[in-house]
Amino acid sequence: MLAVNFLLLGAVLFCIGVFGVLARRNAVMVLMSVELILNAVNLNLVAFALMHGNVDGHVFALYVIAVAAAEVGVGLGLVLLVYRNRRSIALDELSEMKG
Amino acid sequence: MSMLAAAGVNVAQNVGFGIIAGVMIFAALCVVTTRNVVHAALWLVIVLAGVAAQYVLAAAEFVAISQVLVYIGAVMVLFLFGIMLTRAQIGREQGLNNNRGWALGLPVAVVLLGLLAYAVIDAFDDQVLPGENEISSAGGIAANPTAIADNVLSPYLVPFLALSFVLLAAAIGAIVLARKD
Repeated sequence: MLAVNFLLLGAVLFCIGVFGVLARRNAVMVLMSVELILNAVNLNLVAFALMHGNVDGHVFALYVIAVAAAEVGVGLGLVLLVYRNRRSIALDELSEMKG
Repeated sequence: MSMLAAAGVNVAQNVGFGIIAGVMIFAALCVVTTRNVVHAALWLVIVLAGVAAQYVLAAAEFVAISQVLVYIGAVMVLFLFGIMLTRAQIGREQGLNNNRGWALGLPVAVVLLGLLAYAVIDAFDDQVLPGENEISSAGGIAANPTAIADNVLSPYLVPFLALSFVLLAAAIGAIVLARKD
């Protein structure tokens, strides 16, 4: 199996995730796109671990999975807070920080 | 297609990889384009399950199990709760995308994909991953969970402890943020 297969799949997933982050308006959908990006990175880490015959990549992938779980928890907490205050989670309406 | 037929390559493994990769890319495109929030979450389940299958192909069984437990088990439930609590419409919904989203997102994504693909192919064009026999005989990553435990508990112990605090802080922070006063 070629390393390029895994790395290209990771690159494609990463770009789809970036597109989702830029194009989506709903905050929950943006968080889903961030999950796509994190999974693409994990795929690369596991492929490199296989390439070098070393488990360090697996350890990094596990740590990334744990951080992603924490990120989703806090992110959805923030989204719920925004929804409770504004009755909407459209990201382009959150413009209080513009002067 | 020339990649699939390279010398010294296990054909069945490559065909499996190709099928799963195709399904994953299609599902990921559906995640970022569908007009239904709940459908997007369900397409995301397919992507995550495909990633777990690729981990199994890459001889990372323990990571694959963790992926299924954490992502498909826990994170997806969180997402569905988030969708439910923000009262998303069941069914098609207008206004999920930015007005200028396609015009901004598509060029950025395509240019980024071009750059990444060029860099990856330039650097790792002929790199063949070790097959099944080499993995089990070399002993490198054969004893997978044991080796992972050895790594987590000795060289990567400090990041592991930091990660525990991150999870604790995230749990408490999420409760504080979402609590009704």
